[in-house]
Amino acid sequence: MPEPAKTPTPPPWAAGGVGRAPDGEAAERVPVAAPGGQPPTRGVPTGRVPGGGVGDSPIRPEAESKVNGAFDYASDLAFEGMLWGHTLRSPHPRALIRSIDTAAALALPGVAAVLTAADVPGKLHYGLIEADQPVLAPGEVNYQGEPVAVVAAETLDLARRAAELVDVAYEVLEPRCDAGEAVEAGEYFRYQPVRLGEPVTADAAVVIAREYEVGMQDQAPLGPESGVAVPTGDGGLVLHVATQWLHSDLEQIAPCLGLAPERIHLAMAGIGGAFGAREDLSVQVHMAMLALRTGRPVKMMYDRAESFLGHVHRHPARMRYEHGADQDGRLVYVKAHIVLDGGAYASTTEAVVGNAASLAVGPYKVGHVSIDAWGARTNNPPCGAMRGFGGVQTCFAYESQMDAIADALGLDPLEVRRRNALAQGDKLVNGQVVDAYDPTRAVDGQPFSPLRDLLDRFADIPVPPIPAGRDIVELPGGTGNTTHGEGVRRGVGYGVGLKNICYSEGFDDYSTARVRLELDGATGEPVAYIHTAAAEVGQGHWNLQTQIARTELGVERVVLLPNDTKAGSAGSSSASRQSYMTGGAVKAACEAVRDLWQGRDLDDGPIEATRVFRHRATKPMDPVTGQGDSHVQLALCVHRATVDVDVELGLVKVVDLTCVQDVGKALNPVALEGQIHGGSAQGLGLAVMEEIVTDGGRVRNASFTDYLIPTILDTPPMRLRIVENADPEAPYGLRGAGEPPTLSSTPAIVAAIRDATGLPLTRVPVRPEHLTVRRPS
Amino acid sequence: MSVATRADFHRPAAVGEAVRLLAEHPEAVPVAGGTDLMVAVNYRHARPEAMLDLTGLAELRDWTDEGDAVRIGSGVPYARITAELATVLPALAAAARTVGSPQIRNRGTLGGNLATASPAGDGHPPLLATGATVEIASTSGTRTVPIGEFYLGPKRSALGPGELITAVTVPKAAGPQQFLKVGTRNAMVIAVCSFALALDPDARRLGTGIGSAGPVPLTAPDAEALDLPWSSPGRFDDALAAEFGRRVAAAARPIDDVRGTADYRRHALAVCAARALRRVWTTAHDRSPR
Ligand SMILES: Cc1cc2nc3c(=O)[nH]c(=O)nc-3n(C[C@H](O)[C@H](O)[C@H](O)COP(=O)(O)OP(=O)(O)OC[C@H]3O[C@@H](n4cnc5c(N)ncnc54)[C@H](O)[C@@H]3O)c2cc1C
Repeated sequence: MPEPAKTPTPPPWAAGGVGRAPDGEAAERVPVAAPGGQPPTRGVPTGRVPGGGVGDSPIRPEAESKVNGAFDYASDLAFEGMLWGHTLRSPHPRALIRSIDTAAALALPGVAAVLTAADVPGKLHYGLIEADQPVLAPGEVNYQGEPVAVVAAETLDLARRAAELVDVAYEVLEPRCDAGEAVEAGEYFRYQPVRLGEPVTADAAVVIAREYEVGMQDQAPLGPESGVAVPTGDGGLVLHVATQWLHSDLEQIAPCLGLAPERIHLAMAGIGGAFGAREDLSVQVHMAMLALRTGRPVKMMYDRAESFLGHVHRHPARMRYEHGADQDGRLVYVKAHIVLDGGAYASTTEAVVGNAASLAVGPYKVGHVSIDAWGARTNNPPCGAMRGFGGVQTCFAYESQMDAIADALGLDPLEVRRRNALAQGDKLVNGQVVDAYDPTRAVDGQPFSPLRDLLDRFADIPVPPIPAGRDIVELPGGTGNTTHGEGVRRGVGYGVGLKNICYSEGFDDYSTARVRLELDGATGEPVAYIHTAAAEVGQGHWNLQTQIARTELGVERVVLLPNDTKAGSAGSSSASRQSYMTGGAVKAACEAVRDLWQGRDLDDGPIEATRVFRHRATKPMDPVTGQGDSHVQLALCVHRATVDVDVELGLVKVVDLTCVQDVGKALNPVALEGQIHGGSAQGLGLAVMEEIVTDGGRVRNASFTDYLIPTILDTPPMRLRIVENADPEAPYGLRGAGEPPTLSSTPAIVAAIRDATGLPLTRVPVRPEHLTVRRPS
Repeated sequence: MSVATRADFHRPAAVGEAVRLLAEHPEAVPVAGGTDLMVAVNYRHARPEAMLDLTGLAELRDWTDEGDAVRIGSGVPYARITAELATVLPALAAAARTVGSPQIRNRGTLGGNLATASPAGDGHPPLLATGATVEIASTSGTRTVPIGEFYLGPKRSALGPGELITAVTVPKAAGPQQFLKVGTRNAMVIAVCSFALALDPDARRLGTGIGSAGPVPLTAPDAEALDLPWSSPGRFDDALAAEFGRRVAAAARPIDDVRGTADYRRHALAVCAARALRRVWTTAHDRSPR
């Protein structure tokens, strides 16, 4: 990246609480000190690894400020002379725009600008994969909440009032809301088949054919979309944004503003959760347009309702599955017809469809496959990235199918999975060989099966007993006092998830890190400075970077420089890839610095190295057969859920989630456990409560009153068994860990509810009425 | 934002002053805990030009023992109702325990719940089941409204312009009471439906209250009239409980919405009402509750 235009000094909190650059302005924050209190090393390498390295769980650099409230999230930013921006959004899922009259809004005292599509300085469209999403609707709107105009005013309230005064004449059209119909009409972003062998129904002893449905889940990050655009005075801009991928934002923003990318500097603002919701642009271009127009800093901040309309969701899915198995429960063939609803614009639907297709069978061995997956274009809210990314929907279906096979044959659910588990050397349905384990490892002369290894570990973890004399908070319905034990039945179920880690299908996936080692002028200790553009979304990535530097360089003090576009691209904090990719880049840069340090004294000057890290190359999926080594790394997670269900009221209490996950290497056990807890809870949410409800394309529950996410009373104690089957190709042998538990907890919980109720349950989230009034007699 | 910078904020110290201010500034909106009002402001459903803060009115912030009833100041937060009144007003205390989260229960008040008059408000079913009365003050004096006449429609009540709710008087329990609230989450959830039941074994009377299953909170008079074996309580059986449940469900007038279907609400009310009756009956007749 070229150096950006001169930028105003950001306020100390603009970097979201990370330390400051060593050159230029003085460091505002005390650098991260390593625990352990070892005497400081000097200008020459000691070969000693201080505490707080890889495998330890030091306290996060931003922990204190996040706990005491000092941490500045994007929505906390404030600049001198700042205006507030607000977005006017379409109330209609589909309409033509006949005219827009901004006169009344502009006439309101305190309003500085009202901009529409006609004011977009550059390209009218942007997008993560395809540039099909209008910056502001040019003549038509295709989903409820599509931005139509933006306003800047002296206060947020004034900007909102002004937006209400913008007079838009819509000609309302009938929205297309059925994804299946859209596919039939040829309205889809991607179709991806997978073909293997020849699935023949007659060859199977049991055939299970069912339809499944997954509702639209939201990432529900607690921090709403927010940022500030600051004009540099010479036509350039500094954008302070909370995003998952600074450089991808820049690539999309610059053409829309008609500016060379060098004129725009992106600085990361504090992120309050992401989960995929910050992959697509939200406020970025809008606030930049307003700042360019007014010459003043412009802040935008969505409220909760706007946040629900202003970011993409998880694709809802309808899936028809047919599994054929032999007498022993071994899979003979799988057919699947998968329709994901991508909504109005492309976002990442193409990549999500690729995952849905290639992971459609899960970690099971099967010779004959016919899978068809589509990402439909409709007038529903746009859907894109969310933790699990195309792996979640099919996982619910294939795991439900595995249970149905076990049921039909009277097999234990673990046993049917064990019999079908892929082993080292076997192929996924895309033809990719499972090879990312120690090649010499075998069990009883058989190739090592990573899944069987995880399944076998449940043998010595008992299902929790039913305690006597429970308080109502321990029962379904909680303080609602709905049951004192009446109607309560217990159920147990399992779920297995298979997730690809890093970017698949031939994408050039890389990350960049710059590491500089120098002596602290005051103490004479060596200090490592790390500069990357990687987003700390709450996963603990900043901490991990410091751990890697301590391990690789043997220094205690590590300072993280603000994440911005002065560093090279780090790729997105998504696809469970940041430990692998930016972790890999920091490791490589540290190794380079360490090599340079040999035989040198830091008294002679600092040592610096920049490294770009790439994972092994992948291939696109064949458009007709779906074959191709499309994935980098595969990660597995298995859940056992224990639930109590009030079968008369249809209320569910998940009482235990036991999770066995292969993480390759636990780089930071505490952060890792947090990822597994959080991923499991998000899967729990999808299982029993989380759904954006739409009606004719309109969102009916854009609030935390009615979009329910699990509370602490809904989230059970979790027992984790962390397995470290190292991946010889990955840094430290790690396997990306953030997403897999989100896949497996949903089917495990639904299987447990089936066990308690005896109902087939083919839709998530399972609602009380699915367990009661719609219950077949 | 605009509220802080432009709206007038009145902070009376006594009820007399409060109603006078309200008469002088009809645009002023009372605010107690703010847990309904400020949500409405954030969502821009309300844009008050002025506010009348009730939290400085000591008279509203306490309850008094009136012998056979408790007079609860409209500004008493839920947390105190749960902690202090559970033995005398068990249904109301149980309902208070289900409201929101600890933060909401520390701020939110019964007065605010009544004035909002949402059919989903958790305070209403216990007040209906126990036959409470609402005390309302204005510059023309004080009037009391029986709870059954208070609710006029969704978010509409007998509270008129210039009026403040000062207190709610709730008869002390004459027997076991129950409150059950169905929600799709195990805490902090707006009711899909709720049900309160008060049993008075001496008067041989049942009181009912139904929440979130009609345009207003409802009672179930047919269910209250069910012929129960008062003289030989051992003859009470599941069939009677089920019949009670059916009658409660029949009294409901639910709709389909994002929180639940009308069919489910009726079904759940039948289940909850049957459970509630079984629980109060067994408690009253000294058998261990199920
Ligand atoms: C996160 C959250 C969860 C919630 N969960 C629940 C729940 O589970 N169950 C439930 O029932 N409610 C719930 N609520 C709603 C709310 O907390 C209750 O309705 C509460 O009782 C409102 O009381 P308040 O004192 O906060 O009212 P305020 O917000 O102060 O006032 C509400 C309305 O009443 C008027 N008002 C207040 N006091 C008086 C008075 N004395 N005289 C005349 N008018 C008055 C105000 O002008 C305003 O119109 C929840 C709210 C939130 C934010």
